[in-house]
Parts: sequence; C-alpha cells; structure tokens
Amino acid sequence: MSMLSFERKYRIRGGTLLGGDLFDFWVGPFYVGFFGVTTAFFAILGTALIIWGAALGPTWNIWQINIAPPDLSYGLALAPLQEGGLWQLITICAVGAFVSWALREVEICRKLGMGFHVPAAFGVAIFAYVTLVVIRPLLMGAWGHGFPYGILSHLDWVSNVGYQYLHFHYNPAHMLAVSFFFTTTFALALHGSVILSATNPGKGETVKGAEHENGFFRDTIGYSIGALGIHRLGLFLALAAGFFSAVCIVISGPFWTRGWPEWWNWWLNLPIW
Amino acid sequence: MNSKFKVSRFVPALSLLLVVFIAGCERPPMDSVQQGFRGTGMVAVSNPRLAAELMAGVSVPDPIPAVPPSGTTASEVYENVQVLGALDVSEFNRFMTAITQWVSPDEGCNYCHAATGFASDDLYTKVVARRMIEMTRQINSDWTDHVGTTGVTCYTCHEGNNAPLNVWVQNPGPRRAGGFTADSAGQNTVAPEAALSSLPYDPFSPFLLGDTEIRVLASQPLPQGAPVPAIKQTEETYALMMHMSDSLGVNCTFCHNSRAFSNWQESSPARVTAWHGIRMARELNTSYVAPLSTTLPAARLGPMGDAPKVNCATCHQGLNKPLMGANMLQYHPALVGGD
Repeated sequence: MSMLSFERKYRIRGGTLLGGDLFDFWVGPFYVGFFGVTTAFFAILGTALIIWGAALGPTWNIWQINIAPPDLSYGLALAPLQEGGLWQLITICAVGAFVSWALREVEICRKLGMGFHVPAAFGVAIFAYVTLVVIRPLLMGAWGHGFPYGILSHLDWVSNVGYQYLHFHYNPAHMLAVSFFFTTTFALALHGSVILSATNPGKGETVKGAEHENGFFRDTIGYSIGALGIHRLGLFLALAAGFFSAVCIVISGPFWTRGWPEWWNWWLNLPIW
Repeated sequence: MNSKFKVSRFVPALSLLLVVFIAGCERPPMDSVQQGFRGTGMVAVSNPRLAAELMAGVSVPDPIPAVPPSGTTASEVYENVQVLGALDVSEFNRFMTAITQWVSPDEGCNYCHAATGFASDDLYTKVVARRMIEMTRQINSDWTDHVGTTGVTCYTCHEGNNAPLNVWVQNPGPRRAGGFTADSAGQNTVAPEAALSSLPYDPFSPFLLGDTEIRVLASQPLPQGAPVPAIKQTEETYALMMHMSDSLGVNCTFCHNSRAFSNWQESSPARVTAWHGIRMARELNTSYVAPLSTTLPAARLGPMGDAPKVNCATCHQGLNKPLMGANMLQYHPALVGGD
C-alpha cells in the first residue's frame, strides 16, 4: 500500500495499551492494534447477529426489522435467543465494538503524543448508549427496559417511554439536553459560516484571517471567543448535550416514576411566590 | 491571557444543580409491569414506597351485617320514599345506616332528614341524596362497561365526606386584561387539573359536560378538505388525558400505544373501559349533577354558579381501580337498578 511521503513520519511504533508489537501495524491507511482486532470482531459478530435476528423476524423491510429486548419477566437473567437473547448478545457486541474503537483511538493518541480529547468525547457518546441499554436496565432490574434494535421500533420505544412520564418536555435534564443540542448546532453554524466567510473571499478579494473573524463577532456581540475558545465551547456544548441526554433517561424510571410536570412542585412550592 | 480552564471554578454551581436534581427525585428500586410486546416501551413504572403510602390511605369500611327480610316494603312503612320504595324495609333501614356511614358519619341522620320528620324534603341534602342514589343505581345497571360488576356505592366517591373531595366547577381562570389577550387557552398557568402542566386548566367543560370531539389526530398526512383540529383543541385533549392519567395514577401507555394513539388494535383493553368512562362522566354531569345547581345552596356552587361536577378523579382518587377494586356493591344490591 502506497503512502504519502509524510505519512511514514507519523506511523510510529509503540503507544499500544495491549498486545505490544503484535497488532502494531496498519492495513492500508488504517491503524489496527489489538483494539482494531476486537472492534472488527465485535462489529462483524454483532452485525451478523442482527442479520440473523432479521432473518428470524417476519420482514426484511429495513424500516421494520426489529430485534427486541427480553420480556421484563427475565429480569437481569439471560433470555432464549429468539426471545431477547439475541438482543443481549448484540448489546454485548455493540458495547465491545464501541469501547474497542475508543481504546484504538487512545492508542493512536499515544502514538502521536496527542491529548485524549477525541476518545474522551467519543466516550460520552458510548456513555449515553450504555446508560440506555445497561445502566438504566440494571437500575430498573430488567434487561427488558433497554430499547429495541430497529429503525422504527426504537422510535416507538422512545415515544412510549416518554409518555410513561406524561409530558417528557418537563423533564429538567431533557430540557438541558435539547437546549445543548440546539446550541451546538447554533455554535457550529456560527463557527462554520465565519470561517467560510473569511477563507472563501469573493473574486478579487484576499483571504481573511483571525483578525477579521474576531472583528466580526466583536462588532456584532461585543466579544469574540477566539480560535481555540470556539472549539472548547463546541466540544463542551456537544458533550453536555450527550451527557444530559443520558441523564434525562436514567432519571426517568429509576429516580422518578410520576409525570414530569409534577417534578416541578419544588419550584411551585418555593416561598418566593 | 491563556488563563487555565479550571473545573473547580464550576464546582459550587454544579453541586447546586445536582442538589436541586436529587432533592426533587425518588430512588430505586422501582416496580415495573409490562403491558405490551417486549421492547415497545409499553410499561408501567411505579414506586413501591409511594404505592404503599397511597394504599395505606385507602380504607374500606366493613359491611353492615345482613338483616332478615321483614316482609314489608319501605314505602308501606315510610312516606315519600320515591326511589327505594319497593325495597324491604329492613334492608332499607340497613342501607340508611350505611349511607350515613358513607356520607355523614359525624352529622348522622339529621344531615339529610329534617326535624319535621323523615318524610320531609326540607333539607336540600335529602333532595341531592335521592338524586345521587338514582345516579348510583343507573351507574351500576347501565354503565357496567365502565364499572364492571364491582360497581360503585356512595362511599366510592364520598369516603366518609359530605361531598366528594375531587370534583370540578367551571374555572374562570386567572384574571386577565381584555382585548385579544383575554384568552390564553391555559398557557403559562399551572393547571393542577392537567397534572400540573401548563395545559388548559378546564378540560372538563368541553369534554365531560359538553361532547366536544376528543380525537384530534389527523387521519391523513396533510390537511385536506374539512378543517382539522388546531393546536388549541389538541392541548385541550392533552389536558383531559393528563387529568385521566393523574386521576388513575397511570401513564399514557396504560391505554395507548403512543406510536398510534388513535389505533384501537394497538391500544390496551383499558382504553375501552376509559372510553365508556368519559361518556359515563358526561352523562352523570348532564343528567344528574349539573341540574343540581338550582337545588344546592350558593356556598356549594362554583364561582360561575355551577354545581360541583364529576371527573375521573371523583371516583378514582389516584387509583386505577377505585378503592383498589374493593367490591362494596355486593352488600347493597339495592344500589343496582334503572329508572
């Protein structure tokens, strides 16, 4: 496999967490490593199990394929394959694949002497998934509380679980998560547009730099967060969105069983009214 | 410049946020009951500690021992017995003892019966009680689709109180300026009637007194032809549903699969019971309760001058089966019967 001339410089031996030199190689442009092997193992096995589950089901319609978790009656035990056992195995594969991918990112960071921001950020996404299919089911006492694997079926699950608490928009963590999601897109749009406006000049114009970008926001809102700051802010907003999403579902059930509007009684009962 | 980002700076604020979160919450373990196919999220989650508290508040009185029939009817012994006249007088007296326990345990017989004699209709309470007995008899004979064979007695709603604790009167809402801000449709007002959400605060007048259409879901992807219900109607429906959930201590998935609220095939059997319940409450209000506004003294009426009326909470009082399904009717067969 051919490499760009400068790539050789970055393909550095070492930095592995497990397996020493054994898996310390590249396949084409991709670094493998021990966790690349486990990623491939879990991803291929999990995908095969999903296809098997689909084959057992009534439809090959991609929208309707549904691999559901076990009945609540199985509690935290293993269920027969066709009655939720497949879901349990696929969940193990998914968590295995996601965590392997994050650790592979860690190894690459170590090779390059970089910070672990990327695997840490991905870790928040994994945390949100694990909250849904592992932490919350554990707290609720049954794997059946996980969401089903299917394009439409998981949306139906989300809808019903929301309506279990009457009005999910009153869930305080859901409020925060939604606000962070919107703010993330807002910040990304502002950032993307200001960069393009500076670096894609009109005909006959010169490319502008940081001074123009900062100048624009100082003129508009009196403050520019700066080139590094916007990325810190972006990362914070995005991770907070994922984090509070996880919080909003883990508190629904294990820490609150009534309608979410009722939770705000503490606010209504404040002596300030 | 380059001041280091210190997480510790945010610790007090984050701790405060955490305390606010936890203070309002409950703790695991919780009970959950599956109500549909696995993985559909058709689940009822409840807090066993709160449930125990709720159930401890429910007391069902012991039945009054049966009495041997005397062979004489109530109307042969008493005057002005308009509803239960055909009842054996022993059973009639036994029922009068029961209704006193159920409705006026402290005031006794004189709560309804004037000093001028049992036959007197001088006290409004007696006139109302008669109408309520008629209502109870009609519920138990004509509304078995909702009340089943468990039925209801006076105690179901009264629970030893002169008037049921959970009733509704027309709500004029908070005072507002006139003009086009006169009607906020319940926005930005906490509505205890709608489970403390800011949905319309009087979902009862349109649905449980009037027969406004509850169904607001479009049957087609795009509005076509006849005008489709607007957000306002949708919020009124939602407010009624919040009231139903709150009154029964259940959630939306107790009756509906939210992927298709309107679809009966995907709904639970409880939705059929609830459908009859809505119509039952409507008939009780229009035929029995609302007309009492001319009988009741002003102190018993709402700010709009209407009589206190029935909603789901009147009987259910936070339980999906009133009195946790206790069958008190079996001891008082006199409470079954039509007009």
